[in-house]
Amino acid sequence: MENKDSISRRLKAATGIDTALCYQCGKCSAGCVLADDMDFPPSYILRLLQTETPDSDRAVLTSNAIWICLNCENCIGRCPKEVDIPSMMDFLRAESRKAGLVSPKAKTVIAFHKSFLEQVRDTGRLYEVGLEMAYKLRTFRIFQDVKLVPSMLAKGKLHFLPEKLSDTSVMKNLFQRISGKEDTK
Amino acid sequence: MKIGFYPGCSLKGTSREYNESVQAICKALDVELVTIKDWNCCGATAAHSMNRALSLALPARVLALAEQQGMDEIVVPCASCYNRLSVTQYELANDENLKKEVVDAMGLPYEGKVRILNVIQMIEKYLLDVIPAKVTSKFEHAVACYYGCLLVRPHKILNFDRVEDPQSMDRIISLIGGTPIDWGFKTECCGAGLSVSRTDLVAKLSANIVKDAADRGAKAIIVACPMCHSNLDMRRPDINEVLDSPIDIPVLYITQAIGLAIGLSVEELGLQRHFVKVNL
Repeated sequence: MENKDSISRRLKAATGIDTALCYQCGKCSAGCVLADDMDFPPSYILRLLQTETPDSDRAVLTSNAIWICLNCENCIGRCPKEVDIPSMMDFLRAESRKAGLVSPKAKTVIAFHKSFLEQVRDTGRLYEVGLEMAYKLRTFRIFQDVKLVPSMLAKGKLHFLPEKLSDTSVMKNLFQRISGKEDTK
Repeated sequence: MKIGFYPGCSLKGTSREYNESVQAICKALDVELVTIKDWNCCGATAAHSMNRALSLALPARVLALAEQQGMDEIVVPCASCYNRLSVTQYELANDENLKKEVVDAMGLPYEGKVRILNVIQMIEKYLLDVIPAKVTSKFEHAVACYYGCLLVRPHKILNFDRVEDPQSMDRIISLIGGTPIDWGFKTECCGAGLSVSRTDLVAKLSANIVKDAADRGAKAIIVACPMCHSNLDMRRPDINEVLDSPIDIPVLYITQAIGLAIGLSVEELGLQRHFVKVNL
């Protein structure tokens, strides 16, 4: 039965990326540095999307592969059909969050991204100390990387105060205007 | 010669020696870097993983500020910033509706005409001709030039060097007296933005890179990206846990290698800030 709401169709409408172009040569998965750690390497994800069934779509959105993908772009560099897999992964991550289907294994990755963007929203720049604190609070990984702190301080790599934009409301407004249209939470 | 300069967050924090070495060699070779006033973070991996519009609006603001401040060319030493700025410029140039949406959110006029140079392009364009005359102590080491992902991919947008076997850094190393080795991991990913959230994966990927470089006789790894550097340098204890026997070859920015060749000091180049000691 035709599935008009399949991810493949929505992906094509939103980004122009056509999953039907993939003929399963597997070069993307062969070149993917994290294929071994993914539940579905890139060519499998494409095959699942091509079937356009609700079950396959759900398997993709709940996968950990979409969250550990590094967007290193090796796949698109080698794809004979130039299927933009990295941009597809960005789209799938957004869909996965919208549908509330994020893999529990991806929790730390998302916690990091959220903590990162909070810093940028609040100061306009990434403040690494603030990022680490926010990330630790989100993940309860309080002691992770603590052993690095003394040597980072000695090497002058940590700052006690963030650098800020002259007017921090500029960033808050930018984030607000965007989150009016899309989910950033 | 004056060029616009976008440092990005890494160069102001954990990778300050990259900033120091870029500034030092430019000063020594008479290129003035003018920092974009009031610049913001490009959003990096976090933004494009979470929100497409945001991942375009943040770099667009940086480009708009550069335009506003009369810059027609900017150098962006961080490979990730370089990638995000270039991708944004490309996407906005090719989609009028998207451009309108992003420019409205960002709130500044935007034309999209600023030329974006990565650090290697800046060196090739402004420093290559003047370097040979300034070399005082040849950089006579066998090194592995590591380009990583974001400098060379996606080729369609960046149009810089070769995707699989880039040569530009190798040529610079030869020019200052070094010997670039042939090796297999020039453009394999180090794990990049997963450094904190999945250190296990970064250790595995970076271990492959360090091991291949060392096995093939490199005495150092040369990089042009702060994330490549911190993963290969600061994460070396995690890398060495994955390896059968520890490897202690240092990781230098291309700008530090040039700096050493033209006689700048360890401190001027920030070499004392590395986790893996630089004994070259």
